[in-house]
Amino acid sequence: MTLAWFARRLMLTLYTVIVVSMLVFAITQILPADAAQSLLGENATPDALAALRAKLGLGDPAWLQYSRWARHVFTGDFGISMRTSLPVGPEMLAALSRSLLLTVSAILVTLAVAVPLGVVAALRQGRLTDTGVSLIAYLGVSLPEFVTATLLALLLADTLHWLPATGYVSPLEDFGGGIRHLALPVLTVSVILVAHVMRMMRSETLDVLKSDYIRAARLKGLPERTVLFRHALRNALLPVITIIALDVGYLLGGVIVIEEIFAIPGIGRALMIAITTRDLPSIQAGALIMAATYAVTNTFADMAYAFLDRRIRYD
Amino acid sequence: MTELFIRLMRKPQGFVGVVLLALIAAACLFGPALAPYAPEKIDFLGRFRAPGWQNWLGADQFGRDILSRLMVGARSTVPLAFIATFVGSAAGAIIGVGSAYLGGRTDEAIMRTNDAVLAIPGLLMALLLVSTLGNGAGNAVIAIAVAFAPGMARVTRSAALNVRNQDYVKAAIARGEGAPWIIFREMLPNVMAPIVIESTIRVSFAIMLFATLSFLGVGAQPPASEWGLMVADARQYMHQAPWGLIAPSAAIALTAVAFNLLGDGLRDALNPKDER
Repeated sequence: MTLAWFARRLMLTLYTVIVVSMLVFAITQILPADAAQSLLGENATPDALAALRAKLGLGDPAWLQYSRWARHVFTGDFGISMRTSLPVGPEMLAALSRSLLLTVSAILVTLAVAVPLGVVAALRQGRLTDTGVSLIAYLGVSLPEFVTATLLALLLADTLHWLPATGYVSPLEDFGGGIRHLALPVLTVSVILVAHVMRMMRSETLDVLKSDYIRAARLKGLPERTVLFRHALRNALLPVITIIALDVGYLLGGVIVIEEIFAIPGIGRALMIAITTRDLPSIQAGALIMAATYAVTNTFADMAYAFLDRRIRYD
Repeated sequence: MTELFIRLMRKPQGFVGVVLLALIAAACLFGPALAPYAPEKIDFLGRFRAPGWQNWLGADQFGRDILSRLMVGARSTVPLAFIATFVGSAAGAIIGVGSAYLGGRTDEAIMRTNDAVLAIPGLLMALLLVSTLGNGAGNAVIAIAVAFAPGMARVTRSAALNVRNQDYVKAAIARGEGAPWIIFREMLPNVMAPIVIESTIRVSFAIMLFATLSFLGVGAQPPASEWGLMVADARQYMHQAPWGLIAPSAAIALTAVAFNLLGDGLRDALNPKDER
């Protein structure tokens, strides 16, 4: 990992965030023929429309509107919510922290489950365990989040009464309650992620096991345990970093639905509320923060990958 | 073509996928004719009727027959997801092949921007677009198509890069063909295999995305019997009538599985060398 590569990667992240901000702004504010009308609805009085147009500066050329907004965003000022009249930025970041708690827990659960399962499936390739594991993986990727969430809630909350169905309790205030409220959403997210990571882990392990250095390690007379853990697993795990980072984007989309269903005040729910109440500054802030989080996560993943696998030299 | 189909049917994934999809296609074509009841026929005596001989899959909060609603709803779910994927894939494929054809710095600039657009999660992109364009099934289709294009562009471009260096493309450039000819007649036909595989699998994403948008209230609107909307409706009554929830969920899952299986089967059939 050279310094030049590092700098280039950071520039790329910056470029991504800029493109995303332009796109978000264009879709929400420039694309509608009259953003004020679509924000206030059809029954708005002409006075209210004129006032909002002036406030948003809708009469100005698109690039001027964007640069004004971007300048404010750059200093951390996302504007004032049209719904609550509070600054949008702090509210969205607080919501993001709750979403991150959900996603990070889900990733940890996923790793703990999917990696061993994937390896077992690879070691028993073509046998019953492998087929069973693969079938479950298929089902996992074929169920939309809202279906998984609803079915799990039906089973674990409504029928068995093991877990609370909805709501959010901060684990900092009440650890046990917080965990219990997080369990269902985390489980839902994990079902989908496990399917992905497991398939990846399986095919990677199969690839690695066929490689020459594994043959060499076996011929050297190393015990199978050492071959598997010291040689095979370490190499098979590397691509999992990438797939998890790519899944974060998918996860951030998924949290919109999952937070909505389980009533978790995270960024996805904040965004849904903003969309249904047509709260423009909140929509823009929520969308931009989500996409930026994804871009930054991918940057970190690339760096971790380059650091762990010294063979990789990006030019 | 026939040979490909035989190879596809020989693999268990391909076979099951094709059979499931044939059933789904039948439901789309003949659903309204085969359905035992009208999808919007209200029967107050049969509210929340459990699955049985009268309503095979049970009835919902208005006593509407769930099986009939599913069969008719197939029309407002599957074809729309198909169209969205087709449009999105076509747009993405043209961007990808075009970028690979142009090459060099232009290719770099297009792909970096494309990757940047990919940083917006698909559901978020679709939600933003639908909130701007207005709720409804048609706008949801446009939103999904736009959300899919960058991903397809990336897949296509990596396949097209190989084709770009083939002799027949060099020959076409040498004999002075224009860019549209080279892109559409020389390169595109030779990257069809990865495009077809990727878009088949993406139809299952489109079905899920479309159902999710309807579930969130911005896609298909009531009283349509779109599957995602049926799940959203049934959630309120899941204590009284869990079948109202399970039947459309299973329909979505089955359709998504079918397209996934077909995609995997096609991958095997189109790349006979790859045994994995």
